[in-house]
Amino acid sequence: MIRAQVLICGGTGCTSSGSPKLIAEFEQQIEKNGLQDEVKIVRTGCFGLCAFGPVVIVYPDGTFYSRVELKDVKEIVEEHLLKGRVVERLVYNDVAADAVVENGNVSLNDTVFYAKQKRVALRNCGVINPESIDEYIAMDGYAALGKALTEMTPEEVIKTVMDSGLRGRGGGGFPTGLKWSFTAKNQADQKYVVCNADEGDPGAFMDRSVLEGDPHAIVEAMAICGYATGASEGYVYVRAEYPIAVARLQKAIDDARAYGLLGDDIFGTGFKFDLFIRLGAGAFVCGEETALMTSIEGNRGEPRPRPPYPAVKGLFGKPTTENNVETFANIPQIILKGASFFNSMGTERSKGTKVFALGGKINHTGLVEIPMGTTLREIVEDIGGGIPNGKKFKAAQSGGPSGGCIPASLLDIEIDYDNLIAQGAMMGSGGLIVMDEDTCMVDIAKFFLEFTVDESCGKCTPCRIGTKRLYEILDKITNGNGTLEDLDEMEALCKYIKENSLCGLGQTAPNPVLSTYRFFKDEYIAHVVEKRCPAGVCKKLLSITIDPEKCKGCTACARVCPVGAISGSVKQPHVIDQSKCIKCGACLEKCRFGAISKR
Amino acid sequence: MKSLAELQAIREKMQNKVVLREGSGDIRVVVGMATCGIAAGARPVLNTVVEEVSKAGLSDKVTVTQTGCIGICQFEPVVEIFEAGKSKVTYVKMTPEKAKEVVQRHLKGGAPITDYVIKDI
Repeated sequence: MIRAQVLICGGTGCTSSGSPKLIAEFEQQIEKNGLQDEVKIVRTGCFGLCAFGPVVIVYPDGTFYSRVELKDVKEIVEEHLLKGRVVERLVYNDVAADAVVENGNVSLNDTVFYAKQKRVALRNCGVINPESIDEYIAMDGYAALGKALTEMTPEEVIKTVMDSGLRGRGGGGFPTGLKWSFTAKNQADQKYVVCNADEGDPGAFMDRSVLEGDPHAIVEAMAICGYATGASEGYVYVRAEYPIAVARLQKAIDDARAYGLLGDDIFGTGFKFDLFIRLGAGAFVCGEETALMTSIEGNRGEPRPRPPYPAVKGLFGKPTTENNVETFANIPQIILKGASFFNSMGTERSKGTKVFALGGKINHTGLVEIPMGTTLREIVEDIGGGIPNGKKFKAAQSGGPSGGCIPASLLDIEIDYDNLIAQGAMMGSGGLIVMDEDTCMVDIAKFFLEFTVDESCGKCTPCRIGTKRLYEILDKITNGNGTLEDLDEMEALCKYIKENSLCGLGQTAPNPVLSTYRFFKDEYIAHVVEKRCPAGVCKKLLSITIDPEKCKGCTACARVCPVGAISGSVKQPHVIDQSKCIKCGACLEKCRFGAISKR
Repeated sequence: MKSLAELQAIREKMQNKVVLREGSGDIRVVVGMATCGIAAGARPVLNTVVEEVSKAGLSDKVTVTQTGCIGICQFEPVVEIFEAGKSKVTYVKMTPEKAKEVVQRHLKGGAPITDYVIKDI
């Protein structure tokens, strides 16, 4: 009889920080102590607190261990599992102020990181073993499909989704129920459901975590969508770079087939539905719905003009419903608990919750799910644990290369679709990159643009040539050769690209430039007029100098300089030869007297 | 899967196994599992409690955990029962047989077994 369970994160983050070895060590130690019949090890999906991985949780007490190393396992098994003594030095201790801590035991939900979260799409991530269909069923899995098939008409399913207020979580924010109703209305001999798991924004990993942590939710939701829209086949388009997600999803599909939850005559209702995986090769443009479907068909992933929309003419020319992973992950609970469960959360026009992948200059890198309407400040300062090293928050970039930045002055903005759009940013798929005062906004814009230049498929000219020219202007500015005319030209070009590109990739590509220019115009001006990078990032605009007053002539800087740019004799002030200096900053770190500065 | 009943059956079968992770339980049963407790035979007591709680269908109400030494080593194995709004009950010198009784009469029946409870020291 199992009395305790050890949940070890098997998400991509913790896997790369060593959780597979931990699992093996736990198995060994548990056996050694003769606990194999009492303690069960469960490999789960992502808990969200990736910065503190590998994460291990011991139930029933719910003790949350972070950054567990191989050598700690013996102690956890002997002390906690055998003797019931929590290994306090390993317990994650960032506890919410109002939490009750009972004999050194910190429970998951008491930590600042989790206290403000509301987990709907991620509800099973880090709770169940994603490779066990039985555990999913135990958490009410497939009950929503059962309810839809036996108690509801397709129209009722669509109405419930529509009433819930769920909007597309891939970034566009189109009402999901409405999308389903379009496909449902079109008559055809064959219709399809497509799940977009081609998560390509730099720094975004929400969809991966859902697929890794709760793959059956996607299988179930797609079957429900199939029932509602009249489709009998579905495809999940997932990046080949997500091997764990692909493997778990495949297992989920196989297990669901074996149980008859996919296939013919599901629940004896005559409804048939089956699901297939297609791997994407990593082209960013394939996250665009028409390019994605072209790729599934076996062609080169390029978008095509809309209309016709996929609901009319989608995959293989048939009516198709395409939704993002996170959108689907919400569906089973909406069906099971009703529209009001979902629309009671969130803001006026954005209902429910949203998952964000927190990254960049933030203490708690990881995955968070918050109700819509939570302020950016709560996400950054409370859940995210603030900025490392006491630096100041400068801006957050949301929506990746299609989105924009939200500056410190808007930290109290309530996150929802419309508020973000109004500020020139967008929800995007949910990547949230936090930047501190050491980040140069021109450089950030250039970084994202470099990404879109690389990822432009080349089909239409505004995107292919336009983004390239835009990149060149930014490059010129960061190199200190920009003029005020360049800034005007840059703005005009942005507008042109937005208006004339064929698909979403090009239409949104200038957003990072426009939004940084809107909120940090002074930084652009400093680069162009004063030839200065205020954040000290753009190397061409930097000079590193030694203050002769403070320099003691210890020679430490000269010895560390990789290019021999520093000269001077012992106990005499040193000087940097600016023509040789590569601005690596090595001397800056080495100097013990604070004599070296960069400007 | 031909019927909802089949799904329901799997759900019920599995629920006991994942309910551990919900950790809701109105009642907490804590077994002393320090060196003193283990030496006095707390392991079989703990396992019996877990097993009996599950058999009695109390898994969603009762959380069973361990704790370290509570300082009354001469009375080990010790089992304490915490219930919201009631004072703590401390059972001493437990055996698997007594543990079975406690689950039946106290956890299920709601009546503490005074004979096994610690007396004034």
